[in-house]
Amino acid sequence: MTIPALDISGLNKNFGALQVARDIDFRLEKGARHALIGPNGAGKTTLVNLITGALQPTSGAIRLDGVDITRMGQAERSQRGLARTFQINQLFSGLTVLENIGLAIAERTGISRSLFRPLGRRQDLIDEALQRLRDLRLQDVALKRINELAYGQQRLVEIAIALGQQPKVLVLDEPSAGVPTSESQLILDRINGLSDTISVLMIEHDMDMVFRFAERITVLVDGGILVQGTPREIAADERVRAVYLGEAHD
Amino acid sequence: MWNALISIVFDGLAYAMILFIISVGLSVTMGLMGFVNLAHGVFAMAGGYLVVSLMSHVGVGFLPALAVAAVGVALASVLLEHVFYAPLYKATELDQVLLSIGLVLMATAAFTYGFGPAPVSIRPPEFLSGQIDLGFRRFPTYRCFMIAMGLLMAAALWLGFERTLIGAKVRAAVDNRRMAESIGVNVDRLFKLVFALGSGLAALGGGLAVDIWGLSPNFAIQYLVLVLIVVAVGGLGSIKGTFIAALVLGVMDNGGKYLWPEGGAFFIYAVTVAILLIRPDGLFGKGSG
Amino acid sequence: MRDGLHSYLRQRHRVRLWELLPWLLAIGAFFVFPDYMAFGTQVLITVMFALSLDLILGYAGVITLGHAAYFGIGAYTAGMVSAHLHWTEPLSALAAAALCAGGIGAISGLILMRYHGLTLLMLTLATAIMLHELANVYEDVTGGFDGLLGIKFEPLLGLFPYDLWGHTHYWYALGVLLLMFVIARCIVYSPFGQSLVGIRENVQRMHAIGAPVYQRLVIIYAISAAMAGAAGGLFAQSNAFVTLEVLSFYRSGTILIMLILGGVGRLYGAFVGALIYMLLEDQLAKLSPEFWEFGVGLVLVLTVLFARDGLLGLVSRTGRVHS
Repeated sequence: MTIPALDISGLNKNFGALQVARDIDFRLEKGARHALIGPNGAGKTTLVNLITGALQPTSGAIRLDGVDITRMGQAERSQRGLARTFQINQLFSGLTVLENIGLAIAERTGISRSLFRPLGRRQDLIDEALQRLRDLRLQDVALKRINELAYGQQRLVEIAIALGQQPKVLVLDEPSAGVPTSESQLILDRINGLSDTISVLMIEHDMDMVFRFAERITVLVDGGILVQGTPREIAADERVRAVYLGEAHD
Repeated sequence: MWNALISIVFDGLAYAMILFIISVGLSVTMGLMGFVNLAHGVFAMAGGYLVVSLMSHVGVGFLPALAVAAVGVALASVLLEHVFYAPLYKATELDQVLLSIGLVLMATAAFTYGFGPAPVSIRPPEFLSGQIDLGFRRFPTYRCFMIAMGLLMAAALWLGFERTLIGAKVRAAVDNRRMAESIGVNVDRLFKLVFALGSGLAALGGGLAVDIWGLSPNFAIQYLVLVLIVVAVGGLGSIKGTFIAALVLGVMDNGGKYLWPEGGAFFIYAVTVAILLIRPDGLFGKGSG
Repeated sequence: MRDGLHSYLRQRHRVRLWELLPWLLAIGAFFVFPDYMAFGTQVLITVMFALSLDLILGYAGVITLGHAAYFGIGAYTAGMVSAHLHWTEPLSALAAAALCAGGIGAISGLILMRYHGLTLLMLTLATAIMLHELANVYEDVTGGFDGLLGIKFEPLLGLFPYDLWGHTHYWYALGVLLLMFVIARCIVYSPFGQSLVGIRENVQRMHAIGAPVYQRLVIIYAISAAMAGAAGGLFAQSNAFVTLEVLSFYRSGTILIMLILGGVGRLYGAFVGALIYMLLEDQLAKLSPEFWEFGVGLVLVLTVLFARDGLLGLVSRTGRVHS
């Protein structure tokens, strides 16, 4: 049994009397294509925040590639190979697409520490940024500012920045949120085109996308894991249907 | 020694009450909209000048002048809010700071032009002058009046906040704006109301302060920092916080200046820094407690 | 495609022709207005101060109402070094001023950069006022309200004596400004500078991509404080006199206004804003202080409402429209 990319054990988070994460035991295998689903308010984004370090757990542990990262902050986890995208775009809106990716690459390679030698002279950085953009077919808009792009393209830039970190684990928080259905196919294509060296955890509401992406699905309800399994198992599970049907009634 | 201490505390209380009345409006509007308004002191200044003008040119009595000033400034503030503040609710903090600094400069210049740079004063009515006997000691009547007004306003505001529907809406909106909007609270309209109320109160405070603090066109700038630290230390959006912060800082500033005339002001800033370092959201602010 | 991108990026940091303009103007001013060099020196000092503020405000997005604290520390350091320690070599005194201010900037930055928003605003304001009060209290050291006297310096590099018209000081200030500017420009176009812009634009994202935000902010805060301190040191040396005013809220406020009017985050905004403000103030404030104050307030309000990027922003916008 190889070390999982992400190993979460006994994770709990309370805000006073309110428990938002309940005894979570979860493994993300290397090269996984894992989806996390659940009704609204199930605590999916909370879990993402706990994984990425935006929130500290009340108890439990998180291991990234075997290393305990529970006490580490966001930046440190990021430097160890954990990248995330946000449900609502968190881009550098005044900057160009190239500059957006460039920032992530510069952080990863440590170039950002340098107070000298202008960015423009960093050949390697520019080349890598361009390559990332090509991977996501964004090279044509490299010099456009974020606020000049369509929302769907911005969503892709959101992913590109995370990829610029060359992560071992990529957490995608509702990548198709806010994107018209016509463009979400594009996003799914790009996600499916990602290398096997990256383990991907995707939080999604769009069931179509989930079933076309996932090899494994975890269902989260009320802060706790209801069931985990292959897409077929989950689709057939009565409890999952009840949870979603119940939601459809509201 | 006891006598001196009682005097310091008493004067500090009066000082604190004025601070409270002037600052509470700013605390609530900042807590509600997050708008950094450094020009709040202008309302107090306007209130003061309005009271002075009404009393000296129109012959209105002190108490009626206070009432008119409060209402007048409240109404004028509605216009001001619509023209200058409303466009910047979504803007950055820096923009809001700059806009309000610009307004302060304009107001200060305008009042200097209109009233001259020299301080003005008023003569409070007979029944508020002199001293009254509270049993164990005699105290200046006017200061007693200030303390009474402060406590009255605090009580009225507390009742309004805790016991009325509008108060509940304001509290909800301060706590979580989006949630409040989603349950049907019209935060924008609420804000205009709160803004007007806060400005009116500031005007009232300014009018009351003329006899004690004096009034010159520098008032808005002079007391800007003091009002800001009361609000920051008390916590945005908290009436209780503003009250306590005003008490602590008011008594301390008064006492500090009495005990150490050259550097007494140092203390309130040191206390402010200490409190903000430990509780960045103020004593009773949103993030704390 | 790659070459087009590459040349675009390279062009960003290349020195463009029009960038020589402010320096040529500064040099030319010496020959065209030789009688106003004392004023000119003060303008250059103010530009340096504004430049230091631009580094943290325009690039890192840190809002401070107390930056005069570092200007004042620099001024008093340079002044006291001469008045109390009788050290008269100017360049080393200037270096001391910058180091002192930078050191205190680093220490206060370590504390302050953990905060943001209104809290940070109040902290910067309150600490600057505290410093002002302290300087007032310890008047035997600082000269208090009346000011620090007895500031004397030897000729620059032992070669250039000071004259009554402020000529030597003008070139001295211009030289120091050029050095400061080169440093600032270098930082701004470096990857570090770009990460500051990232912090300003979206700090949450910067955390997520692994940037040590706090550390970066402390570094730039210290650098900015050192630069403000250098400006203050020059102030003490050129005026041979330092009063409490160097630590005042008035100074913090006016430098902020100047920078906004010129244009934040553009380095040259400091030049434009400081020059125009000081020129206008020199001419108009004498005529009517109230109208001047009102005018400044009005222009500030209009700038925030309509011309957020300041004068340089307006210029670049019309430039883009025409091209």
